[in-house]
Amino acid sequence: MMAQLIKNRTAQADTWLTLELAEGDTPETLALPAGDVIFPLAVWQARKAEIISCHKRIGLLLQPDERVEDVAGDLDYFIVIAINFPKFVDGRGYSTAALLRQRYHYQGEVRAVGEVLHDQLFYLQRVGFDSYALKEGKDAVYALAAGFSAFSDGYQASTSQPQPYFRRRA
Amino acid sequence: MYKYDAIDRQLVNERVAQFRDQVRRWQSGELTNDEFRPLRLQNGLYIQRHAPMFRIAVPYAMMNSAQLRTLASVARKYDRGYGHFTTRHNLQLNWPKIEDVPDILTELAAVEMHAIQTSGNCLRNITTDQFAGVAADEIIDPRPLAEILRQWTTFHPEFAFLPRKFKIAISGTEEDRAVTWFHDIGLQLKQENGETGFTVIVGGGLGRTPIRGQVVREFLPWQHILSYCEAILRVYNRFGRRDNAYKARIKILVQALGVEEFTRLVEAEWEHGKDGPATITQAEFDRVAAHFTAPAYSAEAADDSYIAARRDAEKPFARWLERNTHAHKVAGYAAVTLSLKQHGIAPGDITSEQMETVADLADRYSFGELRISHEQNVILADVRQGDLYAVWQAARDAGLATPNIGLLTGIICCPGGDFCDLANAKSIPIANAIQARFDDLDYLFDIGEIDLNISGCMNACGHHHVGHIGVLGVDKNDAEFYQVTLGGRQGNEAKLGKVIGPSFSAGEMPDVVAKIIDVYIENRQDEERFLDTFDRIGIDPFKNRVYEGRAHGKAKAAEKEAA
Ligand code: HEM
Ligand code: SF4
Repeated sequence: MMAQLIKNRTAQADTWLTLELAEGDTPETLALPAGDVIFPLAVWQARKAEIISCHKRIGLLLQPDERVEDVAGDLDYFIVIAINFPKFVDGRGYSTAALLRQRYHYQGEVRAVGEVLHDQLFYLQRVGFDSYALKEGKDAVYALAAGFSAFSDGYQASTSQPQPYFRRRA
Repeated sequence: MYKYDAIDRQLVNERVAQFRDQVRRWQSGELTNDEFRPLRLQNGLYIQRHAPMFRIAVPYAMMNSAQLRTLASVARKYDRGYGHFTTRHNLQLNWPKIEDVPDILTELAAVEMHAIQTSGNCLRNITTDQFAGVAADEIIDPRPLAEILRQWTTFHPEFAFLPRKFKIAISGTEEDRAVTWFHDIGLQLKQENGETGFTVIVGGGLGRTPIRGQVVREFLPWQHILSYCEAILRVYNRFGRRDNAYKARIKILVQALGVEEFTRLVEAEWEHGKDGPATITQAEFDRVAAHFTAPAYSAEAADDSYIAARRDAEKPFARWLERNTHAHKVAGYAAVTLSLKQHGIAPGDITSEQMETVADLADRYSFGELRISHEQNVILADVRQGDLYAVWQAARDAGLATPNIGLLTGIICCPGGDFCDLANAKSIPIANAIQARFDDLDYLFDIGEIDLNISGCMNACGHHHVGHIGVLGVDKNDAEFYQVTLGGRQGNEAKLGKVIGPSFSAGEMPDVVAKIIDVYIENRQDEERFLDTFDRIGIDPFKNRVYEGRAHGKAKAAEKEAA
């Protein structure tokens, strides 16, 4: 089984391949697969020219401790930026997504990957994620039905609603 | 007091439905224990020594009588007919069943209460001065901003999974009563050139690594507190440690970076949010502030002669007036503290019957409202002077009139080993033993103002570091021992206490406290309070007396051997 992709509020097949560094691989030497590939930041940084020359559609994977600031100049290259949640309680990815959207005005797909669970979908969507690789074994149908609509609104300004509630009061 | 409007009600109701669904999925196995844990914690549900423990929020300490009656009925229906007020304006129930919690939340939501983010690694309940709005020395009423902060913290999408818990305190008086130096963020009122704002203090905290906070911004106009907190939280969320729970509080990040570098990061982040949509509008401030207007105080002069006559006639009443009533900014009124520190009862505990009595008193004498103090007592904030005698009588009959506020037996105490899994030692029996030892009210009054704080372990839920006398439960070879600190204090000059020496057994504690008090009484000059004498003579005279003739270390082991 693999993660189930939720995008545009439907369950979809994932057409992207995420490149993983195996034991002994280095970003400099590993073979780059063809197709739609999500590259780890280290590989992108080491092989940028090569990737650009042979890939039309490029994705980037950011780990919790990787800073958006370090790729800020490259964002136009990416069709998708995947943000990893190794544990769902590690909330750094929320700030990463918020920065991508709010500060760098990144318009492509922002995808939550890793331990992505039903009860985080509402918050993820608020900060600017628009696709979600729901953890394997979890109920995508129920997530679609209930996960995004846990709350009907929010007090704070965030990506999906840039005005706080108090500025929207009649 | 703040009344929910449509959106507030809707979000709280949606939260109840969400949690009900989470409990259902956990019971059916769809959610694993690990997946469920942070969800239940963010709804105030701990699993503790005997049973789940459930923490209900009392935002910035304010409550109305209907809410307290609901707490009374919830405690009776789902628990054992009592609750425990904590040092952070929350009510804890010690024995609820997890399956009942959705129903409890439903009953609470009906009176505009909840348990949102009362636990877990998230933005916690906002705390402030229990005398907000009535304090004679108040410059601004912090409650409208506390409510605006409450809304901002509630379900903040970016900061729901922080490295560790995050506590914000806000104070609006010259004399800080909100412990702002020991919070993750402390907002301390400041006026500059006629503008109202706050000094922003970051990185304070007690717990295992007690640290006084540091000033990150001397002056922040009030309109910017949300955007500034947002900048602080973003820096913390991104860069706070997550590898070790004991090193994950923001205080550790501030220490590691140094306050200058931390401030630089925050200010750089704030450049982006400053003057943005999170800036509080005057309209929003006014909307919220309209909920906190002064009640309809009576213009009639207070019937002082009656109270004065009763005071002269009845010493117990006079004592209560002295300790349990406080200056009010409106002539003819007083704020009253109902003591939850009756000797022999767990400090902060309150029965359902007592809650109902307090609710009745609030309705009859204090505009139907009350507050919870961080000293774990209940406050009726707006009592007419002429009603004080009646309030005292009713409170006394309900066991809520012990005149020990600010005195030695008005102990602040955590649940400790009787209830808490993390405890090294019991704390409630120590509090009760000290109360029994100092049961003579004349003597207690003679000793005068003194804060005694007890925590059952270094997590410091009883704020022992800032007690004039602090007692900390420690584990010595699997036995319960107590370490004593002296000279800690809260307020503007907040300071951590100094450890007096090797720890004591439970049985020794009343004597140890008695000796400390003796040294004070023998040395005090004129009107000196305990703390004044301590500051003048230092810790040594106390140390000498307490350890006089007491063998420790090897000698003690030998003694034990011989016994
Ligand atoms: C029995 C259930 C409880 C548990 C398991 C518990 C656990 C903890 C832990 C682990 C900390 C330290 C957090 C840290 O330093 O990162 C802490 C801090 C604290 N607790 Fe509790 N606690 C409990 C009950 C209470 C109660 C009943 C009160 C109030 C009387 C309370 C008030 C506080 C306060 C004020 C702090 C803040 C100290 C600080 O970090 O500055 N807690 N608690
Ligand atoms: S101080 Fe320790 S023993 Fe007391 S409640 Fe907190 S965690 Fe438990």
